[in-house]
Amino acid sequence: MQEETTPSFTDSCTISVTVNGQLYQRDVPVRLLLSDFLRHELHLTGTHVGCEHGVCGCCTVLLNGEPVRSCLMLAVQADEMPLTTIEGLAGTNSELHPIQQAFREKHGLQCGFCTPGIIMSVHAMLHENPDPTEEEIRHGLSGNLCRCTGYQHIVEAVQLAAERLREPHLEVD
Amino acid sequence: MATRWFGAPVQRTEDPRLLRGKGMFVDDIELPEMLHAAVLRSPHARARILAIDTSAARELPGVYAVYTAADLGDLLEPSPLLVPHQALTQPRTQLPLASQEVRYVGEAVALVVADSRYSAEDALDLIEVEYEPLPVVHNLEVAAAPDAPLVHEGVPDNVAAHLVQVVGEPDSIFADAPHVLKEQFYVERGAAMPMEGRGIVARWEAQSGALTCWISTQGPIPIRNGLAAMFHLPEHKVQVIAPDVGGGFGTKIMLFYPEEILVPFAAIYLGKPVKWIEDRRENFVSSNQERGQYHEVEYAFDDQGVLLAVRDTFWHDTGAYTPYGIIVPIITTCSLPGPYRLKHYASEFTVLYTNKVPVSPYRGAGRPHAVFVMERIMDAIARELHLDRLEVRSRNFIQPDEFPWDVGLVYQDGGPTKYDSGSYQEGLDKLKVLLNYEKFPQMQQEARKQGRYLGLGVGYYVEGTAIGPYEGAHIRVESDGRVFASTGVTTQGQAHYTTFAQIVADQLGVKPEDVLITTGDSQAFYWGMGTYASRAATVAGSAMHLAAVKVREKAKQVAADLFEAAPEDIELADGKVFVRDAPHRALTLGQLAISANPLRYSYGENARKLMSMHFAGPRPGPALPQERGGPGLEATEFYSPPHASFASGVHGAIVEVDATTGMVSFVKYAVVHDCGRVINPLVVEGQVHGGVAQGIGGAFYERLVYNEDGQIINASFMDYLIPTAAEIPAIVVDHVETPSPLNPLGMKGAGEAGVIPVPALFASAVDDALSPFGLRIREMPLHPRRLYELLQEARSKQ
Repeated sequence: MQEETTPSFTDSCTISVTVNGQLYQRDVPVRLLLSDFLRHELHLTGTHVGCEHGVCGCCTVLLNGEPVRSCLMLAVQADEMPLTTIEGLAGTNSELHPIQQAFREKHGLQCGFCTPGIIMSVHAMLHENPDPTEEEIRHGLSGNLCRCTGYQHIVEAVQLAAERLREPHLEVD
Repeated sequence: MATRWFGAPVQRTEDPRLLRGKGMFVDDIELPEMLHAAVLRSPHARARILAIDTSAARELPGVYAVYTAADLGDLLEPSPLLVPHQALTQPRTQLPLASQEVRYVGEAVALVVADSRYSAEDALDLIEVEYEPLPVVHNLEVAAAPDAPLVHEGVPDNVAAHLVQVVGEPDSIFADAPHVLKEQFYVERGAAMPMEGRGIVARWEAQSGALTCWISTQGPIPIRNGLAAMFHLPEHKVQVIAPDVGGGFGTKIMLFYPEEILVPFAAIYLGKPVKWIEDRRENFVSSNQERGQYHEVEYAFDDQGVLLAVRDTFWHDTGAYTPYGIIVPIITTCSLPGPYRLKHYASEFTVLYTNKVPVSPYRGAGRPHAVFVMERIMDAIARELHLDRLEVRSRNFIQPDEFPWDVGLVYQDGGPTKYDSGSYQEGLDKLKVLLNYEKFPQMQQEARKQGRYLGLGVGYYVEGTAIGPYEGAHIRVESDGRVFASTGVTTQGQAHYTTFAQIVADQLGVKPEDVLITTGDSQAFYWGMGTYASRAATVAGSAMHLAAVKVREKAKQVAADLFEAAPEDIELADGKVFVRDAPHRALTLGQLAISANPLRYSYGENARKLMSMHFAGPRPGPALPQERGGPGLEATEFYSPPHASFASGVHGAIVEVDATTGMVSFVKYAVVHDCGRVINPLVVEGQVHGGVAQGIGGAFYERLVYNEDGQIINASFMDYLIPTAAEIPAIVVDHVETPSPLNPLGMKGAGEAGVIPVPALFASAVDDALSPFGLRIREMPLHPRRLYELLQEARSKQ
């Protein structure tokens, strides 16, 4: 017996999303995941996909400034909303964002696959709590899996970034 | 030499790219007209395939092709057996697509290629496969049962291999030994779970007959060789690139995974690039796993706690196939003696097929099991004789003046298990300081008065690393003075772009950031194996060193001719080349590279400067004298170690066990690590930390649970628990450096180390914490419920 066909891939919808300050208008299939939209439509491949079920945190982006799993959202749900991805964190000049710089100095990454998601989570964490204890940092990181580092250098990087960001001339934007 | 980069905590050159989200992982590759593949996998652990109907799938809009075994022609043959061994009498490897029978849940049955991954997955749902389910072998016990179903017809008793190795005369020692104990130990499966799953993009260019594959792999060169053979292409027309790889941990050294054959096949026959990216669920059922072993061990010791002999018989679960031979159980055999002077040892193992995902090395590769067994033995001797656990270890250590120490076993690479160097007591002494060992009993007693159970555990290991056969390196200085170096190994987070650059920079007098490394590209370096077995930094790093020395010698020769000086008076430092004591008259390395290449045309600032310096005119004879060995500052060298070098380490931890819930938390974790000369301490510490975290996962959180039907019932990150930052403690690391005499820089491998002793340590610590109940841990991994059950059993016996 011929099965009912699944919803058509061609069902689409127009969305406007501001990503890293740039407005994009795209026709997208309604079932397209936000992570796939960012990666394969906008070619912002810094947002990674590690589990597709919302546990690993590799795909974390900021939506209205809040960290979200882009693999658990449809692109159409982000319509009219501002997004920040890892590509939008450092300015266009050559300097790294203080969080990125701290990760480099403390060797807070190895393969680098989970790193963008972790940095976006840390960005949100430090915005909420600029002076976290080690326990708060570890708790704050617990929504992101890293298989390489054992987290220790990540914790140290967050501590260093927090310290620098608390200096008056720097701010988490 | 002005600066020595070897040994310095140099920041990684690979980081800025990765931190900005500008890495290039396989799924980041977009090619024009690229198609997307999805794999239909068996839902049964064992079944006969009666019929496959792909017609509805083929008709779905967007679908380009649906392949089953019947479409593969010559390619429908078992994947090559990677590491044959005479004891592996019944090797079986997997077909790219199952033909008549499936043997594990997840085995590939069909491949769909469509215009998007979404359409391809829609089409998977439309493929009708008629299966006849067959009895399943879901664990070692069932596999070894007398009336067991057979995983492979024609493999009696499910036995793939059987190997016995004997050192000394254990039988006669056992006969006269004052103390003999016998125990069983069980280690269940776990999985590597790199954050990036596997993936491949294949592109076929019909005009040039060139196949290019980007694969998330640890071994692109062997894959290149294999694909060339399978598709009847010249090797140099097949380029395999491992771009940024999001973690491997051994699971990506396996080849060929079916997709690594199927995706190039589809790309060639459809004439369009094809991409396949493994999702996490697939990773649970189709990427190789490891660990599952059951040991029955007998051990003899004297009144002083000296271990006299060990007789270990174990069964190893290889899953449905043996693509990687019997490497893992051989490593288990060879790792069991550890740092101890074990002169009488019988090891016998049987490798059994089960209807589960195939087994190949996962970080640690057979060692955590072996160390678990041996360290449990050390603890048991201490308990039996009322001796201090660390004292028993000290009484059994191989002493520093006893190296090289031949264990007497044949190692995984066919070479001897011969320890090159080590200083085991020194490591233990450092650990005692880190743990404040002498004070612990008091701390433990005070805690017990408050109803808290603290325990201290240790785990010591010796690890064969840096095996051959060889790796190579090519180095070339370009006219702008930057140094380009390539090698056949891959990088999946180990910082090779930085550590190799440090090695090269030391020889050429430049900064590491001016040395640009390429790894994992079969066109950039033609020869080699890959990154596995804790070997890349040592074996490829040694090749880098040798090639850099050669370039340095050539640079000196060329400069000597230009400056009309003796080569031994030439120095390379700060990116410049000059006659010692005359640094004011210096060439940059780039200028020297230009003059080493006698062209009629040369370009750029360095060339102009060189011209203006008016060196001596052309010498008589050819512009490129034979003795120069070719133009430019360039060299290729290979390094082949005589045998493995043996790193070691000891971990210690203090844990707290909640006796009402079975939950365990870490109070302290300390590591003393010896990987010979350290290239970059930041990197080595990172490797150790990561290994410890994986080890803690493998001791208390991560356990793959197969049910009686051979289904993994916890195949998601919701249920298979990878430890987070909240579970992993702060880890203190200290080093012992006993240089390896086997390679020019005294290095040993460091990649797997961290994971190896953790299950042993964890069991030791839990036993110690719960000693009032007389608990003895004999299985891994634990989890809170299981620990609670064991505690209840122990309580009921009291």
